[in-house]
Amino acid sequence: MSHLLEIKNLDVKFDTDEGRIIAIDNVSLTLDQGKVLGIVGESGSGKSVTAKSIMQLNPGNTIYNDDAEIIIDNENVLKFTSKNDLKKIRGGKVSMIFQEPMASFAPAIKIGNQMIEQLLLHKETEKNQAKQISIDMLNRVGIADAEKRFNQYAFELSGGMRQRAMIAMALSTMPKLLLADEPTTALDVTIQAQVINLMKDIIKEYNMGVIFITHDLGVIAQVADDVAVMYLGSVVERGPVNEILKNPKHPYTRGLLNALPDINNLDAPLKPIPGNIPSPLDRPTGCVFRTRCPEPTHDCKEGNIEMGLIEVSPGHWVDKCCVNCG
Amino acid sequence: MSENIVSVNNLSVSFDYQENFLSKKQKIKAVNNINIKIKKGSFFGLVGESGSGKTTLGRAILGANKISEGNVIFHDDERDFDLTNISAKEMKEYRKKAQLIFQDPYAALSPRMTVRDIIAEPLEVMNITSSREETDQRVRDIAAKCRLNLEHLRRFPHAFSGGQRQRISIARALVSNPKFIVADESVAALDVSIQADILNLLKQLQKELNLTYLFISHDLSVVAHVCDIVAVMYLGHIVEMAPSRELFSNPKHSYTKALLSSIPSIDPENKSRAIELIGEIPSAMNPPSGCVFRTRCPNPTHDCSNGKIEMGLIEVSPNHWVDQCCVNCK
Repeated sequence: MSHLLEIKNLDVKFDTDEGRIIAIDNVSLTLDQGKVLGIVGESGSGKSVTAKSIMQLNPGNTIYNDDAEIIIDNENVLKFTSKNDLKKIRGGKVSMIFQEPMASFAPAIKIGNQMIEQLLLHKETEKNQAKQISIDMLNRVGIADAEKRFNQYAFELSGGMRQRAMIAMALSTMPKLLLADEPTTALDVTIQAQVINLMKDIIKEYNMGVIFITHDLGVIAQVADDVAVMYLGSVVERGPVNEILKNPKHPYTRGLLNALPDINNLDAPLKPIPGNIPSPLDRPTGCVFRTRCPEPTHDCKEGNIEMGLIEVSPGHWVDKCCVNCG
Repeated sequence: MSENIVSVNNLSVSFDYQENFLSKKQKIKAVNNINIKIKKGSFFGLVGESGSGKTTLGRAILGANKISEGNVIFHDDERDFDLTNISAKEMKEYRKKAQLIFQDPYAALSPRMTVRDIIAEPLEVMNITSSREETDQRVRDIAAKCRLNLEHLRRFPHAFSGGQRQRISIARALVSNPKFIVADESVAALDVSIQADILNLLKQLQKELNLTYLFISHDLSVVAHVCDIVAVMYLGHIVEMAPSRELFSNPKHSYTKALLSSIPSIDPENKSRAIELIGEIPSAMNPPSGCVFRTRCPNPTHDCSNGKIEMGLIEVSPNHWVDQCCVNCK
C-alpha cells in the first residue's frame, strides 16, 4: 500500500538579511491513512515549517531543494506552481488548523460565510447545500446552537468554541490529510481535553491522516500513533509513540521527557536541558545536538559526524551520532 | 510579628461594565469574597481556567486593582500596609516590597532599552540608590544571581531567547530587594526544558533571598511541583485550598478532580478519558446563583442545582478547605 503522504529529503532554507538560514535539513517522513503522526520539539525546531511546506505556505524568501519530494496521491505537490494545482492541496486534499483561532478567522466576515466560501471553492456545491454541510459540521463538533453561531463573527465566540469552529471548517471539505499546528496550546486544560477527545473521534470517523504538531508530550502520548522528534530542523528520532516515550534513545528526547513535571512523582527534580537552542545562523556542523549533548563522544564534539537516522528496532529510528551518547 | 506576609480578608473586586452608553451600568464581580493567608517563605499556588480571577486577585494584592470590599494587609517586619486605604507615599514604599513577574517575556521588556537600563529602572524610579556606581553594583549583583553574564547587560532584549528574557524580567523584579513576588503565568510562554530551568531558578532565589511567591498558573503539573500550598479558583471564588501534596493526592472538589484528570498522561497506554466538564466557564456578568460550579458539576445534588446553597469554605481535614456545597458531590 502506498503512503498517504511521503516527505523525502526535504531541505528548507530562508534568505534573510543576515544570511541564509537552514530551517529544515534533510527531513523524510511518511504518514498512512487513518494514522496520527505527532511532531514534537522546542520552538525554532522546524515543526511548523515542515507542515507549511506541504501546502507551500512558507513566505516568499523560502528556498526548497530541487530533489525534495512531498508526495500526496502520487503527485509531488512541491512542484505545483499554478493556482489551480495549489487549490487542490490548499483546502482540498489538505486542511490546516492553526494555533491561535482568533488570528485565523477573518474578523469582519461571519463564520458561516467563511465556511461556505471554502466549500464553494473546493467542492461542487450549491450555496444552500454548503450552508447545510457547514451547520451539520458545526453540530458535529459539539457547538450548541449551530445555526445561530453560523451567523456570528469570530469575536463573539469563546476560545474553545472558536477552535471547534476552526476544526469544523477544516473538516467540512473532507480533506485526506489534516495538519494541526498546536491546536490545543492556547486552550485551558479542560477545554484542551474536550478538543482532544473530539479530534480523536473525528479522525476515527473520517479515517484521515493527521500531522499533529505540539510541544506537549502529554498531548502526543494521548493522540499520536507515531512520533517524530525535531531539533534545529532535523528529525533526531522517530518511531511508534509507545517506543519513543517509554524507550527513548536520543539524549534530546530523554531531555524533553526529564524536563516535564511529573504529577505522579512530585519529588523528582526538574531537569532542564543545559544550554540554549543555537541560533539557526550558526547551526553546529555535524550533529546539531552536540553543543547541548550531556555526554558527547570525542568525535561528535569536533562536528565530524554526519547526521542520519538508523533503525535501532523495528520502526524506531534514531540519529546515528547520538545513538550511543549519554 | 505575624508568620503571614499577606492576609486577604473577605476580598472582592468588581469592575464597572456598560454595554453601550445608553445601557445601565453593571458591576462585574471578578473576585468574590476571598480569604487567604500567605505564610512567609511559602510558594503559594493559584490555579484555574482563564476568567477565573487569578490575575485580578494577584493584582489586587499588589495594589494594582481597586479593592471593592474587604481588605488586604501586607505584614512587613516593622509595620503593616493596609492596601484598602493606603496613601500614595506609602504605596511607593510598598512597591519596593512587592513586585510582579509577567507572563510574556517578549512583551514585558522595552526593545529600546539595554538590559542594564531595564534592570536599573526600578532602582531609579524608586530612588533606592544614591549614585550610578551603586546602581551598577546592584544591577550586576542581581544579574549574577539570575545567571546573566555581565556582557549581556550591554545588549538589547531582541538578542535574547525566551528563557533569557524571562531571567531579565526576574532580575528586574528582584532588584529592589522585595519580599513578596507575584509570578503571573511566568513560565506559560516557555518551552518545557526552559520552563524547568526558570522554575529551578525561582526556587533557588527563594532560598537565597528569603522570598515569598504567589505563583499563578493554569498548569497543574507545574504547580504541583513547585508550590507548598495551592488554591483552586473558579469564577472568582476559591473552591478548594490545601497543601499541594494533599490536594493532588486527595482532591475533594469536582472541579479540582476534573482539572487533574484533564492533564494528558505521558503514558500512551493510559488512555483514560478526562472527566469532561460540560460547556465552558460561565460569564462573570451573570454568574449562577448559589454554588457557581453547579452548571458544570457532573453530579449536582438536587439542592445545589436549584442554586439555593451558599458558597463558603469548610475545613475537611487539617488545612484542607473545600467549598461546602461541593464537598459531597461526586
